[in-house]
Amino acid sequence: FIRFVVLINYPLYIRSVPTQGELKFHYTVHTSLDVVEEKISGVGKALADQRELYLGLLYPTEDYKVYGYVTNSKVKFVIVVDSSNTSLRDNEIRSMFRKLHNSFTDVMCNPFYNPGDPIQSKAFDSIVSTMMVQAC
Amino acid sequence: MADNALFEFLHMEIVAHVYKEQATREDIDKERVTCVSTLELMGFRVGQGLIERFTKDCPTFKDDLDIMKFLCKDLWSTIFKKQIDNLRTNHQGTYVLQDNKFALLTQFSSGKQYLEEAPKYLAFSCGLIRGALSNLGLESVVTAEVSLMPSCKFQVVIQKL
Repeated sequence: FIRFVVLINYPLYIRSVPTQGELKFHYTVHTSLDVVEEKISGVGKALADQRELYLGLLYPTEDYKVYGYVTNSKVKFVIVVDSSNTSLRDNEIRSMFRKLHNSFTDVMCNPFYNPGDPIQSKAFDSIVSTMMVQAC
Repeated sequence: MADNALFEFLHMEIVAHVYKEQATREDIDKERVTCVSTLELMGFRVGQGLIERFTKDCPTFKDDLDIMKFLCKDLWSTIFKKQIDNLRTNHQGTYVLQDNKFALLTQFSSGKQYLEEAPKYLAFSCGLIRGALSNLGLESVVTAEVSLMPSCKFQVVIQKL
């Protein structure tokens, strides 16, 4: 399975396949926010923070890998995948984040979108759908 | 390139339109304030969107000064095709950006004529700066002053929380 979240300090967009077990993932995402904050305040870094692997969240039955990405405008993207899904290479994850970022920029420039609102753009939805299909 | 002229004309029309809308209402005193706020808010939203697009491929900024330098060089060149001529700071959150030949004012005059109309045409740009900074995580208050056209100064005061 795979799960995409876009957030500032609260979620703007959440999408996952399959759709059950939501609550568990909310918790995962919130804890990953803490790790992201930690990384951002690591001063002197010249590169945009692109990922964080393995938060050490190992559940008894399932493993998760959580990847994070932060833009200059402090918008965070989080992708949660099943550890058993080893077919996702690092650069694939990176390219997914690029695509997310690009679509997010388009959403931002849409005059009907107010920054801070939940993302309702169909274009954004379809980009995420294609990525989910590719990943699973 | 024609796109500079396009934006300049559009901007002039926006200002004229906002003021005309307001003139149909009765209250003269409030007129100036609401028009300037409307223009500033427009600039704010545009600034937010522009920043998202322009910082897509940039590395993270190290500190406030870095952000201001980016604003003066990259953002200003992309929008107004030139950089800010002078950046001053008191290192305590106040920055003054001076543009000696501000693109939106060059058509007016090169001296004191039409000086009192200038603030209307600066409101949008103030909002632009404020929107850009806000999306980069800096809340600020931006004001502009003109003493001699087409040079103008934007004063940015960063609000520390």
